[in-house]
Amino acid sequence: MDNSSPDIEAIARLARLAIDPNDVPQYQDAMQRILALVAQMNAVDTAQIAPMGNPHDLGAALRADAVSERDNSAAFLALAPATENNLFLVPKVIE
Amino acid sequence: MEYTTIAQMSAALAAGTVSSVELTRAVLDRIGQLNPELNAFITVTPEQALAAAHDADRQIAIGKHGKLTGIPYANKDIFCTQGVRTTCGSRMLENFIAPYDAGAVERLGTAGMVAVGKTNMDEFAMGSSNETSYYGAVLNPWDKGCVPGGSSGGSAAAVAARMVPMATGTDTGGSIRQPAAFCGISGLKPTYGRVSRYGMIAYASSLDQGGPMALTAEDLALTLGAMAGHDGRDSTSVTRDAEDFTRLLDTSLAGLKVGVPKEFFAAGLDAEVGEAIESAIGVLERLGARRVEVSLPNMSLAIPAYYVIAPAECSSNLARYDGVRYGYRCSDPVDLQDMYVRSRSEGFGNEVKRRILVGTFALSHGYYDAYYGQAQRIRRLISRDFANALAQADVLVGPTTPSTAFRIGAKSSDPIEMYLCDVYTTAVNLAGLPGASIPAGFDNGLPVGMQLIGKAFDEATILQVAHQFQQATDWHQRAP
Amino acid sequence: MQYEPTIGLEIHVQLSTASKMFSGAATAYGGTPNSQACAVDLGLPGVLPVINAEAVRMAILFGLAIDAEIAPRSVFARKNYFYPDLPKGYQISQFELPVVARGHLDIATEDGETIRIRITRAHLEEDAGKSLHEDFHGMTGIDLNRAGTPLLEVVTEPDLTCASDAVAYMRALHTLVRYLGICDGNMQEGSFRCDANVSVKPIGSTTLGTRAEIKNLNSFRFVERAINYEIERQVELLESGGKVVQETRLYDPDRDETRSMRSKEDAQDYRYFPDPDLLPLDISKVQIDAMRELLPELPRAREQRFEHTLGLHHADAVNLARDRAVADYLEATISAGGDPRSAANWILGEVFGAMNKDGMAISEIPVKSEMLAELLSAVSDGTISGKIAKEVFEAMWQGEGRAREIIERRGLRQVNDTGAIMAFVDQVIAANPEQVEQLKSGKDKVLGFLVGQIMKLSKGKANPQQVNELLRQCIFD
Repeated sequence: MDNSSPDIEAIARLARLAIDPNDVPQYQDAMQRILALVAQMNAVDTAQIAPMGNPHDLGAALRADAVSERDNSAAFLALAPATENNLFLVPKVIE
Repeated sequence: MEYTTIAQMSAALAAGTVSSVELTRAVLDRIGQLNPELNAFITVTPEQALAAAHDADRQIAIGKHGKLTGIPYANKDIFCTQGVRTTCGSRMLENFIAPYDAGAVERLGTAGMVAVGKTNMDEFAMGSSNETSYYGAVLNPWDKGCVPGGSSGGSAAAVAARMVPMATGTDTGGSIRQPAAFCGISGLKPTYGRVSRYGMIAYASSLDQGGPMALTAEDLALTLGAMAGHDGRDSTSVTRDAEDFTRLLDTSLAGLKVGVPKEFFAAGLDAEVGEAIESAIGVLERLGARRVEVSLPNMSLAIPAYYVIAPAECSSNLARYDGVRYGYRCSDPVDLQDMYVRSRSEGFGNEVKRRILVGTFALSHGYYDAYYGQAQRIRRLISRDFANALAQADVLVGPTTPSTAFRIGAKSSDPIEMYLCDVYTTAVNLAGLPGASIPAGFDNGLPVGMQLIGKAFDEATILQVAHQFQQATDWHQRAP
Repeated sequence: MQYEPTIGLEIHVQLSTASKMFSGAATAYGGTPNSQACAVDLGLPGVLPVINAEAVRMAILFGLAIDAEIAPRSVFARKNYFYPDLPKGYQISQFELPVVARGHLDIATEDGETIRIRITRAHLEEDAGKSLHEDFHGMTGIDLNRAGTPLLEVVTEPDLTCASDAVAYMRALHTLVRYLGICDGNMQEGSFRCDANVSVKPIGSTTLGTRAEIKNLNSFRFVERAINYEIERQVELLESGGKVVQETRLYDPDRDETRSMRSKEDAQDYRYFPDPDLLPLDISKVQIDAMRELLPELPRAREQRFEHTLGLHHADAVNLARDRAVADYLEATISAGGDPRSAANWILGEVFGAMNKDGMAISEIPVKSEMLAELLSAVSDGTISGKIAKEVFEAMWQGEGRAREIIERRGLRQVNDTGAIMAFVDQVIAANPEQVEQLKSGKDKVLGFLVGQIMKLSKGKANPQQVNELLRQCIFD
C-alpha cells in the first residue's frame, strides 16, 4: 500500500466533485484520519481468507426474458431538468 | 391520545372504539404541534393519509382487515413513495417526486397501514446524528439539546415523541439501532435480504437493510411480518417461507442462552451505560435465561472494514446523481463537465462528499486489493466470529452504543469520533445478521439501549427476548 | 526496417433477447426515444438490476460453439465512469471472472488456409444509450432506449496479422452468432460492432508494439480500410522517428482515415468492483449439458459437409452455408427429392434473385422447399426444359400454385416426341435456306439462330437437346 497522502483533487475529479481550494486541507485531513482508521485492518493476515460480498454467500437469481415494462416516458421525462422531443438534454458533449 | 402502540390501536379499531380517520387526525395534529421544533418530518401528507384512512375504515367495516389496517405510520425519506417527494435528506433530491413505491412501502400499504409523511434523516443515510440533513437537524425529544442519533433520526424522534406508533428506518452500520437507543424506543434491523431494497435509495448495497422502529417488540414483530418478503425486483432479497414473527413472543426465556461478547464491554464503554446493560442482562437471567461468556475477537476491525466497504459502494451508488435525468442540476452550466461537477458539489453535503472521496480512493487503481479486497476478507472473519459465538448461544446481548445521546454539534469536527458511535452495531451489518435495540434504562435522563443480535433469519428469537424483557420492565413505556 | 501488424478484435454482439439485460423493458430497435427505458434503465433512485436468464443461456451457447470454458461461477462488476448515455454512472459488465473464457474460432484466410483465432473471453454486459448531437440549441439529446440491452463482448488474442484475416474472423463470428440465433447481426442497427486494436512491430520481434484502439466499426469494409490505414499510419510514424501513442481512434469513412478521439476516457480509472446488487452467477454442468443439446451444426462444419458430402463447389458451399435459414432451405429441398447441385444453383440464382428483388428473407418466400424440389424433379425427368422452368418458377413466386399444376394449366410440357420435333425442324429448314447453306459451309454461329427459330415455333417447349441433335442430323447427314 502506498503511504503517501492521496491527491484529493485527482480523486475529486474522478468523482466529479469540486472541492474549494480553501477546503482541501480539511478534506485532506479527514481523508488521512479515515485512512489511518482503516489501516487498522492490516493488523490481521487475511491471505488465506476468501472475500465475502454477500453475507449469505448466495448465487444470483435470474428472471425470465419477458417484456414487463410499458412506455412510461412521459412520467420519467417529467422528472428531468431539461427535455425536448422525448430526449433528455444536457450541455453539448464534444467528441 | 390514549393509544400509543400498534397493538393498542389495532385492538381499538377492531372493537370499533376508534376509527382510522380519528387516529390519523390525532396523529396529524400531534405532528403539527411537535414537528416545528423537533423537525422529525420533512414532508407530511395529510390528504393522502386521510384518504387511506377512509379506505381502511371501509375495510374494517366489512370485516376485511388485518392487524395493521388503519394504523398510521411514517416512512424514512429514503423510501420512494409514489407521488410524494422523496429527498433522502439531501438537496440533490429536494424536488424529486418518486414515480413508484418501494417494495417495503407497497407491502405496508397492502397491509392497510396509513402513511402520514416522510421522516428526516442524515443525508443519503450517512451519519449517526441526523445533523447532516439538508433539511436541518432533528432534536432528541428527551433533551432537545441532544441528537436523536442517525441516520434514522427523524423516525426515532417521531416514534419517541409519540407522533406515530411506527416509522420505517434503514440500517447500514447501525442507523436503526443507534437512534432507537438514543431515543429510548425499539428498533429492528432484519437479516440482510429479509426486506426488499427495491425503492430504498441505496447507500451501501451489501449492508443496507430496512426495518421497523416502534415502541414495543410486539409492534416490531407485527410490522416486520408485513415488511418482510421476497421481491423479484431485488436480486439480494431472499426467498423464505412465510413467517409469523410473533410466534415466540410469549415463550418463556427458560433455558435460553444469552451470549455476552467480552469485546462489547471493553474500553470506550461509558460506565453508566455498562451498568445499565449489566442490570438488564440480570433481568434476562431472572427470567430464566442463562448467561454465556463469548468472544468476537475481530470486532475491533469492524469499523475500519465498514469505512472502506460503505464509502466504496456509496461512491458508485451515488454516481447516478448527475443532474441529467432527475434531481438537482446547477444553474447555467457552461458545458457537460461543469454541469456534473457543480450539480454534484452543490447538491451533496460535506459528509457525503467525504465518503464519496474515500470510496473513490479505496476502489482506485492500485488500492483496490489493499482496501476493498482486504475489507471483504475481514468481513468473512467477522462473520465467522459471530457464527462461533452464536453456536454457543441463542442471542448475543450488549450495549447498542458506548454512550447516551451526545449534544448537537459535539462531534461535528472529527468524523472519526462520529464513526466510533457505531462500534457495537457495524459488525452486525457486515455479517448480515439481525439486530435490535430496546430501551434498557437511563443515564442522566437520557435513554440507554440494549442490543440483541440473533442468528441469520432468527428475528423471532430476538423479538421473544425483547418482548419478555418488556413484560418484566417498563423502560419502553417511559415517554419524554 | 520492415514491420508487421498485430491485430486483436473486440466485438460487441447485441443479444436478441426480448427484454433488457437487467430489466423488463423491450429491446426492439427504433422505438420513440426513451419509450423503452424503464426506471431500472434510467437509474432512478432505489432501482435494482435483475439478470435476464435468456442472455445467460445465449452466452453459454456461444461458449460451447467456440469450444470455450464456461465459468461455473462468474461475477458481474461495475465499470465506473461518467457519461450522459450511462445513466447509473457505471456500466454493469464482467471483469475478472467472465462467463466464457478461452475458446477459438477457425477461419479461412484469403489464400484458402485455415487458421485458428484464439478467443480470450466473452462476457456479458449492458449497452449504453445514445447521444444525439444535432443541435438542440447547443445541447445534446440523450435517448436511453438502448441502455441496458444485453451485449456479449467477444475478445480475441492478438492473433490476427492482416486486415483481411481480421475481416474473415469478423465474418465468421457474424455468421456464427446468427446461426446460433443469439444475434440478428444487423450492423446498420448496431447489433454487431467491432473495435480493433492495432499495433506494428519489427518483423520477427516478439515484443508487441504500442497499440491504438479503433472504435465502433460497423461494417466489414470499414474494418478492413480502417485497419489498413492504421497500419500504414503507424509504420510511417515509426519510420520517421516518432512513437505510437496508446489511444482511442475513430475511423472516418468519408476521408478514409483514423483520427484520435478527443478523449472521453483520458487516463480512465474504472474502479472495477463486484456489483453488490448482483450475486455471483452460478452455472451448473447440468445446465451446460442441456445447452449443448441445443447446439446446431455449426457453420464451418455445415459448409464442409455441403462441399464434401453433397459435392457442391467450394464457393457455393460457403455461400449457402453462411445463413442458417438458407442452408436449412437447401437441405429441405434435397430431402424432398431435389438434386443437391441443381438445388444449389437454383437457390443461388433464381431464389436469391427473387428474394432480393422483393426484399424478402428466405423464411418469408412463397416458394417453399418442397415446391422447389417438385420443380427440380420436373426438369430432371424431362417434363419441362430448364428455360421453361424459370417461367414456372416465376408463376410459383406469384402464387399461381405448384409446379406440376402450372405446367399442366399453361400447357408447358416439353415436347420430347421425335416426330413432332422433326416437323418443326423441317419447317424451319424449309423457311431458311440461306442460313442452312451458311451452316453447311462452316458458319457454326448460325446453328443458334436456327435452333432459336425451332424453339420459337414450338413455343419453347421442344426439348432443346433433341432439337440440336435432329437439326444437325438433318443438315449434316
